[in-house]
Amino acid sequence: MRFVLRRLVFYAVAIWAAVTLNFLIPRVMPGNAVDAILGKFQNLTPAVVKSLEVQFGIGHKGTIISQYFQYWNNVLHFNLGISTSEYPTHVSTIIGQTLPWTLALVGVATVLSFTIGTLLGVFAAWRRGGSLDRALPALTLLQATPYFFLALLAVYLFAIKLNWLPYGQGYSIGLSPGFNWAFIHSAVEHSILPALTIIAVSTGGWMLQMRNVMLTTISEDYILVAQAKGLSTRRVMFTYGARNAILPNIAGFALSLGFVVAGALVMEYVFSYPGIGLTLYNAVTSNDYPLTQGIFLVISLAVLTASLLADIVYVFADPRARSRSAF
Amino acid sequence: MAVVSFLHKAGTGFNRLSLKAKIGIVILSIYILIAIIGPWIAPYSPFATTTQSSAMAPNVHHLLGTSATGGDILSQMLVGTRSTVVLGLITGVIATILSVVVGTAAGYMGGYVDEFLSLFSNVFLVLPALPLLIVILGYLPHTGEVATAIVLSVVGWPWGARVIRAQTLSLRNRDFVLAAREVGERPWRIILFELLPNQSGLIAASFVSTVLYAIATSVALAFLGVTDLSNWSYGVILYWAESGSAVNLGAWWWYLFPGLAVAVLGMSLVLINFGLDELSNPRLRSSRSLRRLGRRLWRPADPTPVVRDYVETTA
Repeated sequence: MRFVLRRLVFYAVAIWAAVTLNFLIPRVMPGNAVDAILGKFQNLTPAVVKSLEVQFGIGHKGTIISQYFQYWNNVLHFNLGISTSEYPTHVSTIIGQTLPWTLALVGVATVLSFTIGTLLGVFAAWRRGGSLDRALPALTLLQATPYFFLALLAVYLFAIKLNWLPYGQGYSIGLSPGFNWAFIHSAVEHSILPALTIIAVSTGGWMLQMRNVMLTTISEDYILVAQAKGLSTRRVMFTYGARNAILPNIAGFALSLGFVVAGALVMEYVFSYPGIGLTLYNAVTSNDYPLTQGIFLVISLAVLTASLLADIVYVFADPRARSRSAF
Repeated sequence: MAVVSFLHKAGTGFNRLSLKAKIGIVILSIYILIAIIGPWIAPYSPFATTTQSSAMAPNVHHLLGTSATGGDILSQMLVGTRSTVVLGLITGVIATILSVVVGTAAGYMGGYVDEFLSLFSNVFLVLPALPLLIVILGYLPHTGEVATAIVLSVVGWPWGARVIRAQTLSLRNRDFVLAAREVGERPWRIILFELLPNQSGLIAASFVSTVLYAIATSVALAFLGVTDLSNWSYGVILYWAESGSAVNLGAWWWYLFPGLAVAVLGMSLVLINFGLDELSNPRLRSSRSLRRLGRRLWRPADPTPVVRDYVETTA
């Protein structure tokens, strides 16, 4: 129980830190939202500037403390302000449009790469020195390759040279998003290449970690006992070996989600995929402070939520996390 | 004399490493050499432009081809190596110092200090790093190497701190540390002379991983244009390739060579880390000393093989 309590404290602090960081960054950095709009539209009358300032809450009276509480109030009501680059759309509307794209693509790709990588790691360790195990150094080359470079190569090879798969945007031009076959088909087709590149880069890491822990696990005496008892190889491999070796992978999964989101950002940039990462990139380059802040907050919260889910799985997988007081 | 004995020591240390680590160190040394002499051996100025209208494929004059404006890719890479390598090393040093300080402090002091520092580093770990970096560096008007390195270090230290804390925790209760405490050694002395030397392998591995992270992240940031674009680095070359739509034009040399350069640099670091891992965990060592029996490999120290494995192969 103590473990759960500690994790809850951790999540509370993490959420507080994310919101506070979000509050502080634009306030310590130069420039503000109204300047960004003024740069976009010229010849605004002072009255308009004044009303914009009121709208974005700039220059209003009150100490930094009261602004901070105001910000928390807004966050709790999902009032993330108005985008300056796509004025006057609300930030929450833009996030609502782009987040599902990222969640669907990156979520599926991440779960797939975790599953494939972990399974391959189990087999590589079991047949130590076998062909799968010897292929591992090649996979590390993939791991050391910058993701976007691999993505560019994939685009060049599969989309431009061979023309097998489309790339750019989330669906073909001319279709309107909706629940119809043409759109879904096009969206899936557009997501294959990005998903494959994500899987190609991230599988090696899971495989290597699983293999290393599994090697340590299968040299334990109880594995030998299980084999001596005459249990089937599959049973020893999965129920005795992999089940105990997978814990660091699950813990790593919770921690790596931040990197998963990072990969998503570069992926969306390379493939012009209409997800939240590309929107964040555009928001930063066009000095859209409210949108940048809103997206960063949502990404942080999404990572924390996914990390919480991984923690819950961990509690189920590791009896020690349930009973022991120390983590 | 001192120099000779140092070189001799370094030489024997190098020989003890595994082949993977040796290859990694040799490749990394080549990169560091290029980082030092690169700007002098570059055949052209990286900024040189010609009036040509399209990128030229590799030829005798331009061994790795040119960009769309006629810049020599080889020269740009030779000049850009310095920025990429220096950024990686500076970030590695700063972040490793941070993680050693936080990790040993948390592990050695325990109690509330540990609770607080662990919480702090875990929070840093789950905050999405790249979006955070883009937001911070995007707001900063001029981002030089040092500023970027500092921001990268601030975001990148917690991984190392976590590992070093765990190791400190396990070392803290060993007999030699308890003995040192009984003798009355000061805490800073115990940390510096008892704890740190015993985790030098771990600290080295953490340093190498941080350098790898810094290089990968800085190249990605430059590729996205979130950097000083007048300062050549691998990422900046790739940024110009992307903005010159090299992929669509089929100018593969423009992004293939700098991309491969980053990949090989990254691979050398991964190889070094493999070697360090195997030094500290003998179970991961390559199977040279193992005997093949059945489909499994057996170490001399392993218990007698189970008959089952033997039956499986003969059947």
